[in-house]
Amino acid sequence: PLICKFPLTAPSFDFASDRRCTSGDSSSTTTGSASPVPNSYESLEGGSYSGTSLQSPPAGVPAKLAPPFGYNYPTMHPAYQQNPAPKPDPSPSHGGYNPPGYQPYSQVLTLLSSALGGLGGVSELEAETLRPVNLLQERNILPPKRAPPPEPNLSNDLRKVNCSPDTFRCTLTNIPQTQALLNKARLPLGLLLHPFRDLTQLPVITSNTIVRCRSCRTYINPFVSFLDQRRWKCNLCYRVNDVPDEFMYNPVTRSYGEPHKRPEVQNSTVEFIASSDYMLRPPQPALYLFLLDVSHNAVESGYLNVFCQSLLDNLEKLPGDTRTHIGFVTFDSTVHFYNLQEGLSQPQMLVVSDIDDVFIPTHDSLLVNLKESKELVKDLLNALPGMFTHTRETQSALGPALQAAYKLMSPTGGRVSVFQTQLPTLGAGLLQSREDPNLRSSTKNVQHLGPATDFYKKLALDCSGQQIGVDLFLLSSQYSDLASLACVSKYSAGSVFYYPSFHHIHNTAQRQKFQKDLQRYLTRKIGFEAVMRIRCTKGLSIHTFHGNFFVRSTDLLSLANVNPDSGFAVQMSIEESLADTSLACFQAALLYTSSKGKRRIRVHTLCLPVVSQLSEVFAGADIQAISCLLANMAIDRSISSSLSDARDALVNAVVDCLTAYRANGSNIQPSGLIAPAALRLFPLYVLALLKQKALRTGTSTRLDERVFSMCELKSQPLQQIMHMVHPDLYRIDNMTEQAALHLNDSVIPQPPLLQLTAEKLTREGAFLMDCGSVMYLWVGKCCNETFIRDVLGFPNYASLPSNMTEIPELQTTYSERTRAFISWLYDFMLTLTLMQLFFSRDDASTKTSFFQHLVEDRTESAFSYYEFLLHVQQQMSK
Amino acid sequence: MAFTFAAFCYMLALLLTAALIFFAIWHIIAFDELKTDYKNPIDQCNTLNPTVDRVKKIKRVRLALKLVLPEYLIHVFFCVMFLCAAEWLTLGLNMPLLAYHIWRYMSRPVMSGPGLYDPTTIMNADILAYCQKEGWCKLAFYLLSFFYYLYGMIYVLVSS
Repeated sequence: PLICKFPLTAPSFDFASDRRCTSGDSSSTTTGSASPVPNSYESLEGGSYSGTSLQSPPAGVPAKLAPPFGYNYPTMHPAYQQNPAPKPDPSPSHGGYNPPGYQPYSQVLTLLSSALGGLGGVSELEAETLRPVNLLQERNILPPKRAPPPEPNLSNDLRKVNCSPDTFRCTLTNIPQTQALLNKARLPLGLLLHPFRDLTQLPVITSNTIVRCRSCRTYINPFVSFLDQRRWKCNLCYRVNDVPDEFMYNPVTRSYGEPHKRPEVQNSTVEFIASSDYMLRPPQPALYLFLLDVSHNAVESGYLNVFCQSLLDNLEKLPGDTRTHIGFVTFDSTVHFYNLQEGLSQPQMLVVSDIDDVFIPTHDSLLVNLKESKELVKDLLNALPGMFTHTRETQSALGPALQAAYKLMSPTGGRVSVFQTQLPTLGAGLLQSREDPNLRSSTKNVQHLGPATDFYKKLALDCSGQQIGVDLFLLSSQYSDLASLACVSKYSAGSVFYYPSFHHIHNTAQRQKFQKDLQRYLTRKIGFEAVMRIRCTKGLSIHTFHGNFFVRSTDLLSLANVNPDSGFAVQMSIEESLADTSLACFQAALLYTSSKGKRRIRVHTLCLPVVSQLSEVFAGADIQAISCLLANMAIDRSISSSLSDARDALVNAVVDCLTAYRANGSNIQPSGLIAPAALRLFPLYVLALLKQKALRTGTSTRLDERVFSMCELKSQPLQQIMHMVHPDLYRIDNMTEQAALHLNDSVIPQPPLLQLTAEKLTREGAFLMDCGSVMYLWVGKCCNETFIRDVLGFPNYASLPSNMTEIPELQTTYSERTRAFISWLYDFMLTLTLMQLFFSRDDASTKTSFFQHLVEDRTESAFSYYEFLLHVQQQMSK
Repeated sequence: MAFTFAAFCYMLALLLTAALIFFAIWHIIAFDELKTDYKNPIDQCNTLNPTVDRVKKIKRVRLALKLVLPEYLIHVFFCVMFLCAAEWLTLGLNMPLLAYHIWRYMSRPVMSGPGLYDPTTIMNADILAYCQKEGWCKLAFYLLSFFYYLYGMIYVLVSS
């Protein structure tokens, strides 16, 4: 490889254009809970990031690597270890990760682009994403910080109004013109959506007529064209529509005759207050039913205390209005209802023991108005944990309890939260243990990934029809057949939570996670009786949906409940050539009833350019979105076919894509494993996917944990999945102010991202791993004592406890800096509260869970990154 | 010329095949309606309001999906008839479809009742396309076998 290095004088381009929704509608109120939009940091940062190069070790790192911690290392290819000499990078715009071999090429380009004047930015961007990278020789392919998604190659005006990539992302930011071209690229085309995300700013529009295309019913959006004052052309079906009179008046500027200045046309994410045309019945009130397991096993685990306390704390914060209703049902071998009618002196328990034909004992007082019966509800919550302490009942009649919940809720719909701690053993929907513990680590096929019975699926479909969403909390130490149970949430648009070996005293980590999850779960926004329709430019069509919902029609998802933490993926196909258009648009419209009883429509529109060249398709590939979509496809495959099939398909996806790239580019050297820069992380992400609990083989994995991991991959939004699959690793004991981020008078240090390999860990350091829902702190044996004293608050390494879960608030600069960085990482996440800290020392028990995230290392049954590359290369040459 | 059992079988098969052709056409229409649902703008104005038209359509689709089991049974029935009549060639020609039906029913999704189609996966484009193709292939097969039975019947009547 070329090691010579030239100063790079490329015109700088902003990664972060301001993608936030600008507010500005006088007739509106702004909703959305106050979670910061992650992008604001990037825009604050602008292009001023002066890179600490990954190639140069951060100051203070001893050059000698610590000996491996009991893990096997692959023998390294000589060329692989050949790290270029550390060198400060003068280029500010690329964040300093220009590997050698690129400079001569880009210099020519720079000359070219400077000759072309200001037009350089875009071609430079494309050249950068297409730069061939020899994966076998370049070790440092990670960007120094989590890379932003690629910018679509659009004009500045369109780029500015385009939908935020956190909400709406496409796997290919350059849409290929035809299916043939897409097939040639061997990349999946699809969308990743996070439609109900918490937003800080959202224009809300109230108007009598919501302007939509007359033929395809698309909502008016920033990408339509106005032919003249009175007519607009739909960007999805190209029909010319009239502009209604009301639309001529602009409430923002209070002027008349400027339809293109309306907020609908200025923002790609807007929310409409819908009129009665969008209602089948009056909007329903918020309705919450809690279905609690009170069998012996449940009481033993102690979850009831945690739950009741958490609900008591958050009773005021439950989203809703004066009409909010609440109800409780408990079950063991019988089903118990609670009469909470206002005026009663204490809650009345009604027991139904006929579980074969469960009925509702009384109809009007089981679901009560929260406001009117608040005292009774509080009494019940205080009494519940004590009521069953001496129970001997070990059976669980979950099926009948769910049927009762369905009967109770079906007149209005709402949310049912189920807490279950064991395998259902009685009545309809009873399940048998299917797991053979001896096969947990088999490399052969994993059985029983699909449901054992269709009882839960059918129930979910009935619930979905009555607008009831079912959320499942499984807190169990034994096998509970999550594969069957999860169906109840999967098809009713609910969420699944799983706490393996939960115990309120013995397992503090799980308890804290449960508490934080509950806190978030009870207070997060919720939309009822929702439907989501996805429309796209004529010629494109939807192939498959992934996520938790019921598909009602080709492009319509029925969501009984919608919550801000769920994501969706959509596979697309190109049915007709897009040759006669230069832009492709996608619109997701989510119609829901807010917890305040308002019918609302949230509309997101994404616009992307259409290209005709294969190289442009590669240049626009969004590798994170591709990995997520592939993960979804692989999980479908492992359930419908087999796990080994799914794993092969993932490897083949890399092989095919790199083969396609090699076949396309004739000018690149034939040896090595060449990938375009845009796809250089593809093999790494696929390898990380193969090592996920959902898809791994050979390593002992409990069936429920595997199934839960699958559920998560299918229903989480993209950022969450990427953190899960490929966590961020930072060294935090030597963070400096250099290159730090200054944000409202706090200084946030920016340590570079490290590769996920034990090779990067040194005994002298402390490392933080951010896995999205959990953070690990690994402290080396010889970590400097100042860090342990000033940040962790202990005199030396030996005195560190084994189960710390929080960083103490110490009044030292060292501590403040570290905490600033960690809370900054928190803010990046969508679900702020799902966070935890584990301290794993060399000898701590969390070590295994920390080390299993080091995906670049070899394990007993899986490739190391380098071996995987060789495997891919070998497959390619076949 | 005598009216043998074989001739009776052919006559019965002829009538039943006519019914199967009708089933196949219904099947094709049902899946086409599922697929092109979104192209109907009336439904689109209001995603939640099921119009009368829509309800009718859903009923039609449901009926078509229920016809699967009768179809299989009818086919099995006249295969058994041909076996009894020792019409080996005709039976042989029907064997592939019989085997396909058995395979299809064995590999159906987990379900408690009878049936073949899972409402949660039916909208997947691959499955929808497969079902449509299946419908067309069956229609072609039944049409050809209709004429073959007609020929067979006349041949048996004439030759005996």
